[in-house]
Amino acid sequence: MNWITNYVRPRINSIFSRREVPENLWSKCDDCGTMLFHREISDNLNVCTNCGHHMHITPRDRFLALFDGGVFNELAVPEPLADPLHFRDQKRYPDRMKAAQKASHEKEAMLVAAGEIGRTPIVAAAQDFSFMGGSMGMYVGNAIIAAAQEAVKLGRPLVLFSAAGGARMQEGILSLMQMPRTTVAVQMLKEAGLPYIVVLTHPTTGGVTASYAMLGDVQIAEPNALICFAGPRVIEQTIREKLPEGFQRAEYLLEHGMLDRVTDRRKMREELIVITRMLMGMSPATWGDLPPPGPEDLKPEPNAALDDTAK
Amino acid sequence: MTHYLDFEKPLADIEGKAEELRAMARNNEDMDVEAEAAALDGKAKTLLKDLYAKLTPWRKCQVARHPERPHCKDYIEALFTEFTPLAGDRNFAEDEAIMGGLARLDDRPVMVIGHEKGHDTNSRITRNFGMARPEGYRKALRLMDMADRFGLPVVTLIDTPGAYPGKGAEERGQSEAIARSTEKCLQIGVPLVSVVIGEGGSGGAVAFATGNRVAMLEHAVYSVISPEGCASILWKDADKMREAAEALRLTAQDLHQLGVCDRIIPEPLGGAHRAPGVTIDAVRTALNALLLDLDGMSREDLIRTRRDKFLNLGSKGLAA
Repeated sequence: MNWITNYVRPRINSIFSRREVPENLWSKCDDCGTMLFHREISDNLNVCTNCGHHMHITPRDRFLALFDGGVFNELAVPEPLADPLHFRDQKRYPDRMKAAQKASHEKEAMLVAAGEIGRTPIVAAAQDFSFMGGSMGMYVGNAIIAAAQEAVKLGRPLVLFSAAGGARMQEGILSLMQMPRTTVAVQMLKEAGLPYIVVLTHPTTGGVTASYAMLGDVQIAEPNALICFAGPRVIEQTIREKLPEGFQRAEYLLEHGMLDRVTDRRKMREELIVITRMLMGMSPATWGDLPPPGPEDLKPEPNAALDDTAK
Repeated sequence: MTHYLDFEKPLADIEGKAEELRAMARNNEDMDVEAEAAALDGKAKTLLKDLYAKLTPWRKCQVARHPERPHCKDYIEALFTEFTPLAGDRNFAEDEAIMGGLARLDDRPVMVIGHEKGHDTNSRITRNFGMARPEGYRKALRLMDMADRFGLPVVTLIDTPGAYPGKGAEERGQSEAIARSTEKCLQIGVPLVSVVIGEGGSGGAVAFATGNRVAMLEHAVYSVISPEGCASILWKDADKMREAAEALRLTAQDLHQLGVCDRIIPEPLGGAHRAPGVTIDAVRTALNALLLDLDGMSREDLIRTRRDKFLNLGSKGLAA
């Protein structure tokens, strides 16, 4: 009988357990509540197919959809001190970090990559709201500086997707100091005559909005993204009145002159290609399905715009 | 009437008793209380020394926010001559939370900019408790730009709970105004020296504390978020502000170790509010020394070293 218990039964069990429906195949739109099949969502860049609500998308998924053929070179970010203040609230900061890393399979709240969009070489950085609220600490600061330096080195535009609750409290004053540090990074781009395009995604608040996220040459936001310095709850507590519908949302900021454009995530890539190519003095993009770039294409090419000014 | 902080209660009792004795003696000439009163004074002084020798971070926050602490206006009046306020952002409004204008520091023309909290109910309302709106940052930006064009050093005095969280402020681009003001700090080719005289509240402080040199008064604090705000987010309980103040490492002493603060300006015993004149003199000495340090530097060097200072921050942490 041993072979039955030891061999046959586990086989049978494994067949049955495999047939169980895997979790997370379906998820609900945060806004309209429609049940959406995971494939359907990811094919649509995490935008609800029913109501167009823009749900969270990880930087990695965003880059896979943004870069030609999903090919990009991830840039290394200089490692900051792990826990400079020995911060402890209800948990130790290193423990919170470990939990965030485990949940996201990412190292930190920002991903930086170089690659091509519509054969336009760019450097891109994307902030991850699911990693400790996307909070800006020394790593995020270093990531933005590294992205700007790489863009300057390669003579490419920098496209930055912001998403954060603000500064990372666990790094205290050093997180606040990322405001001037990232501002220096933006200045490096401006001095090199390179475009800096910010795409504000939901939510972008606090010290992040009050530094690099508001200093772009072109400011684009995703629909309905919350973009503010002080959050609506804080304001309501301060002024003791209800805020109007849509307050601090992308469309509201557009109306008040704080943004250039509000663009659907599904149209974002095309728009970024068009804008960066014009600002870089390149010919119009050829639209159509291009094969993914080969290793040759990922090499930096001389920058036409910069060469022109050099003459 | 002195305003006592909660932890100064034992001190208030002793000083109150001494005061009472002296009042009694004034009414009754036969009484000689001087010896007893002097003993109480001595006791009060020892207690004050003990209390202030080891102020916890939360107590430092309380001292930094003390209503009688000298504010920006007091410093401007005492430190400078020919102060000529300049108003308005040329766009929307004049923000009285920010004082700014031309002035002379020991005859040398400078541009001075600072947060003013106000000293009584009326002035606090006019000054909006030192919480600037976008217009305040845009005015500061305009003044820094002017200083840059005319080669005047910029002195900023930092004392704010933070930028104002209001509806209009958000609509008119609070974050953009702060970002541009910080950017301007990093662009000007003249010396920029900042002194945190009280509270350095988050982005509202950074907007003009991004200087070549940043000094802090001994009991001033400078933080990414108020201890109350941090406690309500991380502890889910705003009453845990003592723990939060501890964890945030927001004191001048910790910031000096981290390289964020270049110089600590000593305060008189019992805090700046107990001897404003002495404090202001100490700030004058520090300002002159800091500006002297930057004299003769070229525009390019001022900009480059200021940037490098901020780029290099974060290389050292605090001892465990």
